[in-house]
Amino acid sequence: MDYIGKSNLRVDAYAKVTGSAKYTADLAPRDCLIAKVLHSTIANGEVISMDVTEARKVPGVVGVFTCFDVPDVEFPTAGHPWSTDEKHQDIADKKLLNKRVRFYGDDIAAVVAVDNVACDKALKLIKVEYKEYPVHTDARSMLNDKDAPILHPNWRKDNVIAHTSFKSSDDFNYDEAKKKAIAEYGEENLIEVVKNVKTPRISHCHIELPISYAYVDTNGKVTVVASTQLPHICRRVVAQALNIPWGKVRVIKPYIGGGFGNKQDMLYEPLNAWLSVKCGGKPVMLEIPREETMVGTRTRHPMDGDVRGLATKDGKLLCRELVNYSTNGGYAAHGHSITAKCAGIFQNLYKNPLGVNSEAYTVWTNAPTSAAMRAYGVPQAVSFAETLTDDICEKGGFDPLKFRMDNLCDENLKAGGVEFYTYGLKKCLEIGSKKIDWEKKREEYKNQTGPIRRGIGMCCFIYQTAVAPIALETASVRMILNQDGSMQLSIGATEIGQGADTVFTQIAAESTGISPDKVFVMSSQDTDITPFDTGAYGSRQTYVTGNAIKECGVILKKKICEYALTMEDEEKLKGKKLEDLDVFDNYVVDIKSKEKLVSLEKLSTTAFYSFTNNQHITAEKTTDIHTNTFASGCTFADIEVDMPLGIINVKDIISVHDSGTLINPALATAQVHGGMSMSLGYGMSEEFILDPKTGKPYNNNLLDYKIPTAMDSPDFKVEFVVMKDPTGGYGNKALGEPPTVAPAVAIRNAVLNATGIGFNEFPLTAQRLVHEFKEKGMI
Amino acid sequence: MSKKIITLHVNGKDQEVAVDERESLYETLRNELRLTSIKKGCEVGECGACSVLLNGKCVDSCIYLTIWAVGKDIVTVEGLKDETNGDITDVQKEFIKQAAVQCGFCTPGFILKAVEIVGANKPYTRDEIKELITGNLCRCTGYMNIVTAIEHAIKHNMDKLGIPYEVQPSTTSFDLPDEEKEKMLKDVLEMQNNDVTKS
Repeated sequence: MDYIGKSNLRVDAYAKVTGSAKYTADLAPRDCLIAKVLHSTIANGEVISMDVTEARKVPGVVGVFTCFDVPDVEFPTAGHPWSTDEKHQDIADKKLLNKRVRFYGDDIAAVVAVDNVACDKALKLIKVEYKEYPVHTDARSMLNDKDAPILHPNWRKDNVIAHTSFKSSDDFNYDEAKKKAIAEYGEENLIEVVKNVKTPRISHCHIELPISYAYVDTNGKVTVVASTQLPHICRRVVAQALNIPWGKVRVIKPYIGGGFGNKQDMLYEPLNAWLSVKCGGKPVMLEIPREETMVGTRTRHPMDGDVRGLATKDGKLLCRELVNYSTNGGYAAHGHSITAKCAGIFQNLYKNPLGVNSEAYTVWTNAPTSAAMRAYGVPQAVSFAETLTDDICEKGGFDPLKFRMDNLCDENLKAGGVEFYTYGLKKCLEIGSKKIDWEKKREEYKNQTGPIRRGIGMCCFIYQTAVAPIALETASVRMILNQDGSMQLSIGATEIGQGADTVFTQIAAESTGISPDKVFVMSSQDTDITPFDTGAYGSRQTYVTGNAIKECGVILKKKICEYALTMEDEEKLKGKKLEDLDVFDNYVVDIKSKEKLVSLEKLSTTAFYSFTNNQHITAEKTTDIHTNTFASGCTFADIEVDMPLGIINVKDIISVHDSGTLINPALATAQVHGGMSMSLGYGMSEEFILDPKTGKPYNNNLLDYKIPTAMDSPDFKVEFVVMKDPTGGYGNKALGEPPTVAPAVAIRNAVLNATGIGFNEFPLTAQRLVHEFKEKGMI
Repeated sequence: MSKKIITLHVNGKDQEVAVDERESLYETLRNELRLTSIKKGCEVGECGACSVLLNGKCVDSCIYLTIWAVGKDIVTVEGLKDETNGDITDVQKEFIKQAAVQCGFCTPGFILKAVEIVGANKPYTRDEIKELITGNLCRCTGYMNIVTAIEHAIKHNMDKLGIPYEVQPSTTSFDLPDEEKEKMLKDVLEMQNNDVTKS
């Protein structure tokens, strides 16, 4: 392979370091009207009336629109491919503005004005009268109140979006399995851990706020320029929300300042489009301030799981159970799919010889809507599974590394159409444990006392690549040969910071023989121009779109070679057949000898301007993928706990990933760094808190909500086990999301090693540590 | 409120602008002078995406009034490019080389902070660099490659000043030697050159 596995510099780096890369706000016309949203100040109830008389009088106000004005249409917001099967369609439970208020901060009105100041003044003058209902901000409390008002009576007769059980067999019952184990091994030879684990509500905190501007174009098309991960899905949802034909919507995605799954939902694009329509098609910009973003867009699901696990005294894991209550917030968004994915990973990470039950409830609550966030329920799955493992090891006196080597899922795992076509998990453990010096440190850190204690911990994960076969996986690619033999690469898949455009360039180069410097990837997606792709999510693009690019490249190359055979004046091509030809480094070459036969430059110029054989050489390919391969990996953390202060210092941390072939090792490493950082936040500092009584958010800003700063970030070590996966275009597997799965739990397990205390509520903040150490009389 | 005509010294030039006295420097530079490298991430001085250099020091332009900037030397990332030959700074080059850029939204702010850090002519350690950039938030990179890029930019400056300085060795075995990155950087810069009279 010539261009795969090379650490090419990013194709967009120059634009980004010079400030010339244009993001949505940078492109908005100067005369854009400004829109702002009024949010509810109650968490559950109804808007009875709204008085906008005074608001309308504010100079500069163009329009005030309320929940009484919007189309009577409920639409789905999830960035899923549409399903033509009604049963599999996303739940459509949200209007552009909502009379029925389901969480504190729900969207109830919007103002359009000539500037921010007029918007803010008008918002303050809107008078709202509510009818209030009791508030339940978490799943369990909602389920426990049998009289709780139903949030979406059109969809369910209670507030449960879905309740599923993934079991090793239909008749599996944990208690029965335990009885069987007692009969077989004797109770005294068994280790059981029973506990509850809670994970936090997390905010994505992409630095670019959710933003869009919309206008009606001269051809009558509703056009939305948006910071979205999935322009083609955005087009469909905007059309559904406005109840207009899908083709009448055009969505343009410029450079985007991070998404991490938040911009995998349609956030305010539909409302923005509608506001423009209501203002005569004039351009209207809607940028959501940070405080409103944290409340009104999406969050990572807080989950609350009862976990049980049983092992023999000699370290054989027997059976496990998770009963998980997932807080979905006011709207369904992705519905049950995230909690279901969490359940699947819990089930399959280990072999369960006596069986497993992984049960999940996803519940509408009076809280900000939870939806996709990087790794889609798997950080929570691993918080359940991998804290359970270490607690079993602690209780049974097992070495956590050996226990995992013995009990982890192996290369034979097949689950829901996903399997390990290549298996590198245990190799990852070998590399990681060696690099961190596991055995020596486990020995060294035994029986510590005093205020400063060291600990070492680990955590493993498995991760699906893309979303097949549960959902459709499809991507389209268009390649256009330019007159000089360079190429336009047009795709619907999106660069959102992860490095997709660079990797696509390398894949296109590899498959066509056109060198990367002559591959011009279109960085901005436009649903009127770039072909269909469902977009950036599920660690899918390098796998799905990558395969499509590879196949498209094969077509283009064949067309180039076929054209070469028609170039009668080329001496070197005389007598050649199609099977003799290849393209390499911008030349048609002899496939065996690599002799250069004709340059692509000459070939393309001839093709474009020939009187006798005029051709514009292009290729187009749609690829749908039905395979899905597990990626995997682990993190090892060496930490120090300052007991009186409750502070964890990460001394050394290494992640090792089994992600198949790395298309670009430097960008792969950078992905892992970012994922590790995000996991450190989940593990130690990030927690978006609501008042449980009122649903009012406490810390919806970047001062009180603590994402890691540079000072909080240790130097991250990264390694890979590179195995060529037969299903990936060039052997690649998922890498975008997996890095943010394991580090938090590795740190938690290291704290267990250091102090003997297994924390079961994330994040491990100083307050939680000090409280626990005091309770236990340790400080 | 009526607007006031003031003169700002931005990226080496005097520019006359009409401003509302309550206007932030962020608003004036972006909306009036169209310097769109300055980004908005929070509007309360937490994230650093709107950083600009004022007399060589980074400030959050979202919480700094435009009228306070009169008489000060204002630099944005647009001003870092040498207009006579198109050259960019060592800091920018190292951000490209060390894969310190992902979504790129925080990048202009980090670059200006790095220019300030390198300009201090001090051989800062990685930990010191981390402390210095802690007012700029990034959600993509975990800061790892940003710190590395700044280390390398400091190294170029220290070499010029004749002060010994070592950058920390890479923490992955998948990293490339710096010479190879340097070669690829040349290609990236060459891609930007459309002037056939310039070699």
